[in-house]
Amino acid sequence: MEAASQKRYVARSTQIAARAVGGEMMIMSAKDSTLFTLNEVATAIWEAADGSTPLDQIVDQKVCAAFEVAPSVAMSDAEDLVAELSNHGLLLVSDRPISSTGGPAKETP
Amino acid sequence: MATINTASGVPGVVIEIGGLPVRLRVSDPEFIALLQERYAGFVTTTSEPRFEFDIDLQPPDIDYVDQEVEVLYDGGQWSFARGDFYAEWNPAAGHGRIRQTANPYSIDSVMRILHTLLLARESGFLLHASSASADGRAVLFAGVSGAGKTTMARLAPPSVTLLTDEVSYVRRLPDGYFAYGTPFVGELNTPGENLRVPVGVLYLLKQGPVNQIETVPEQVAIRALLQSILFFARDPELVRLVFETATEFVRQVRVRQLTFLPDARVWEMVLQDSAPRH
Repeated sequence: MEAASQKRYVARSTQIAARAVGGEMMIMSAKDSTLFTLNEVATAIWEAADGSTPLDQIVDQKVCAAFEVAPSVAMSDAEDLVAELSNHGLLLVSDRPISSTGGPAKETP
Repeated sequence: MATINTASGVPGVVIEIGGLPVRLRVSDPEFIALLQERYAGFVTTTSEPRFEFDIDLQPPDIDYVDQEVEVLYDGGQWSFARGDFYAEWNPAAGHGRIRQTANPYSIDSVMRILHTLLLARESGFLLHASSASADGRAVLFAGVSGAGKTTMARLAPPSVTLLTDEVSYVRRLPDGYFAYGTPFVGELNTPGENLRVPVGVLYLLKQGPVNQIETVPEQVAIRALLQSILFFARDPELVRLVFETATEFVRQVRVRQLTFLPDARVWEMVLQDSAPRH
């Protein structure tokens, strides 16, 4: 069984503007006005990045189940995407669930 | 010409661009005359401008127009700065101050920045584009430097009224998007007519071997539009508004790619393409 600490959680930043256009997601960084266009696979990951679903589960349920891609390749591509988007401040990444305010979610007592 | 003595006793000129009147107050009569000449056609006599600015003229010992513009919001106040000017503006108070030398380029830059901020909250934008009124509809020509904005303005037939050869002004009103004439001049050095015209078509310019008009995918149109919108503020809320405005504009207005030879025949094609469709 995988340890909880190895899970990675991703959440969309609130410092962005985004709109789905023609099956793709256009995202603008509100900090530096950089514009990104995500393809269908990346859009699926983006839309599932709710801060509470682990990345490997997103890849499994939203990518592998919907697109013809090997799990290892899908996970590797997802990691690259997350790294790219988090570098630009579009995605928040944590080893714990992320609350809607951007910080780690409080544990239930 | 309309020079208005304000309550403070300092003379002022009200300049109305895009239907938004702004009073500039300055005690130097020569600078007043410069404003009246530069913004002729956009000077109004309204006694209720939306915003007022006091201009403090400085000795001509600063000249750093090549410096990057910095536009910041802090504590309810905007500041615009470049080497040749510094301005502060409190939108809630409706008042601002501008410190600059007595040259037309600094005040022109301040006015452009001010209008980008005003328009961001009104679902509008300033656009690197020439534009003209043709048969009661505005056609806009956007593109990078050298793409042909000025050329399209220069080739315009007599039946067409130039709104600007440099910076187009777009506002969303309850009945759609409208383009306004602006006094912001480019290479032609000719201010636009002070008109308001419903937007017909936005053309993305590209010079090529033939005259050709093509549809463009929505994503391409949004990206090109965002690249052409003038916006200087590093403010997350306004950046978000500008993005929303651009995507909504592309959904509601025809955006086409215009590949053109630099000759007058391209206008025949534009007039035919931009005619209202029933």
